[in-house]
Amino acid sequence: MALHTEPFILNIGPVHPSTHGVFRIRATLDGEVIVDIEPVFGYLHRGVEKLAEQRTYTGIIPLTDRMDYITSMSNNLAYVLAVEKLAKVKVPERAEYIRVIMAEMQRICNHLVAAGAFINDCGAFFTPFLYMFREREKLMDLFEMVSGQRLTYNYMRVGGVSQDLPAEFLPALRKFLKEMPAHIAEYERLINDNEIFLARSRMIGILPKELAINCGISGPVARASGVKWDLRKADPYGIYDRFEFDIPTGTVGDANDRYTVRIAEMKQSLRIIEQAVEKIPAGPVISDVPKVLHPPVGEAYGHLEGPKGELGFYLVSDGGIAPYRFHVRPPSLINLTALRQMLIGWKIQDAITIFGSIDITMGEVDR
Amino acid sequence: MTVALAGKDIGPQIEKALPGSVLESAPGYVMLKPEFLVQAATFLKNDPAMAFDYLNFVTAVDYYDYFEAVYQVTSMTHNHTLMFKTRCYNRVDPVIPSIINVWQGADFQEREVYDLLGVYFEGHPNMKRIFLWEGFEGHPLRKDYL
Repeated sequence: MALHTEPFILNIGPVHPSTHGVFRIRATLDGEVIVDIEPVFGYLHRGVEKLAEQRTYTGIIPLTDRMDYITSMSNNLAYVLAVEKLAKVKVPERAEYIRVIMAEMQRICNHLVAAGAFINDCGAFFTPFLYMFREREKLMDLFEMVSGQRLTYNYMRVGGVSQDLPAEFLPALRKFLKEMPAHIAEYERLINDNEIFLARSRMIGILPKELAINCGISGPVARASGVKWDLRKADPYGIYDRFEFDIPTGTVGDANDRYTVRIAEMKQSLRIIEQAVEKIPAGPVISDVPKVLHPPVGEAYGHLEGPKGELGFYLVSDGGIAPYRFHVRPPSLINLTALRQMLIGWKIQDAITIFGSIDITMGEVDR
Repeated sequence: MTVALAGKDIGPQIEKALPGSVLESAPGYVMLKPEFLVQAATFLKNDPAMAFDYLNFVTAVDYYDYFEAVYQVTSMTHNHTLMFKTRCYNRVDPVIPSIINVWQGADFQEREVYDLLGVYFEGHPNMKRIFLWEGFEGHPLRKDYL
């Protein structure tokens, strides 16, 4: 005789180590199996879009730092790209190269955190995480050299970057570039073939390609599902068309693919930085832009391939010193669209792994 | 390089497929009638020459007299992109049809617009606040919210 069971509601989060911030999954369970989930957002909502409507265009840059605090440089860059599109500002050559170097360093930085936290969720408690933080530390030192900050850089400016690279930066970066491939090989040696890791991640949380596209999912999550789409190639902003690199993609779209795509992207980012360091010209780092911008009346949508996916800013100007409307296209939020479909049918332990493999920052989800 | 399709080229094509659906074909966008929004979105997604399979973002802007919903779509097949809009002149109970059945990516974004601007998306299966709590008064991104 079958045992009669009642569905059971479990709140995962909002304060739980595996939710990577303050996120709540309201899961309906049948035994250990998830039958339905409802994501609950808003615990970190600060009203960035409203705040931005009362600030000057330059004054908004520090606000963007605080959205996805793991990838502040990319946020800065996406925002200034949108303003430059709106106000039609040109960027000097040297600044373009600095931007590429910073954006790719930030991508490595993010993927180190993402991969480390993901392996943590798979059960390798903090040891691999600290291996990855060891290299992230070196990147943060580099960011500190250029911007004086370790997390919220506020470095990009409309028309360039805030200051030139200090003399000690490029030698330190070259040293990092030389050492990093061995470290990536070390991660791969330690993790990739680990039996427990494979059992926890392979064929878990499969995201089909069509669903990924329909849900607007971007970045490594989409590429792991076989969507060969990278804005650096598809819609090259800045000077990305001058660099040689590949777009790593996955085959099945499981949690393991999302991890391997991130590791592969780190290698590609190193390739881009190497080329940029070789070719970086001398010259000014910011063009002649007024302190208080008055972009013409109109609208612009600027986007880039952020470490987590398509990060975009939609700005409407009424000719004043502050944007009339400031909208963020947050990859972290939109990448969660398919979460329900990805989790239903899996056990709770797998839900933690699947959620970890998406890689989100709550600061950007809630803004 | 992604080609940004001009609204003035695409507008007439939508108008041809769905007579009476286009209000304005501006250089940067196509302005659609709200009652034709879902049909036009389906056309843009399924027409082989358009093939807009990817929804970049959905948002809305408060212009005092009306709310303007803004949609940006991309075709990964043809690598082109288009912005289309629709307007709602009712300030008390603004309603715009939901396009969630065309692009599921609109799910959280439409809820966000509802939460912060109070534009109700008809046809969305779970139209409720996303960031603020149930019972919060007002919609903060409206221009008259202080």
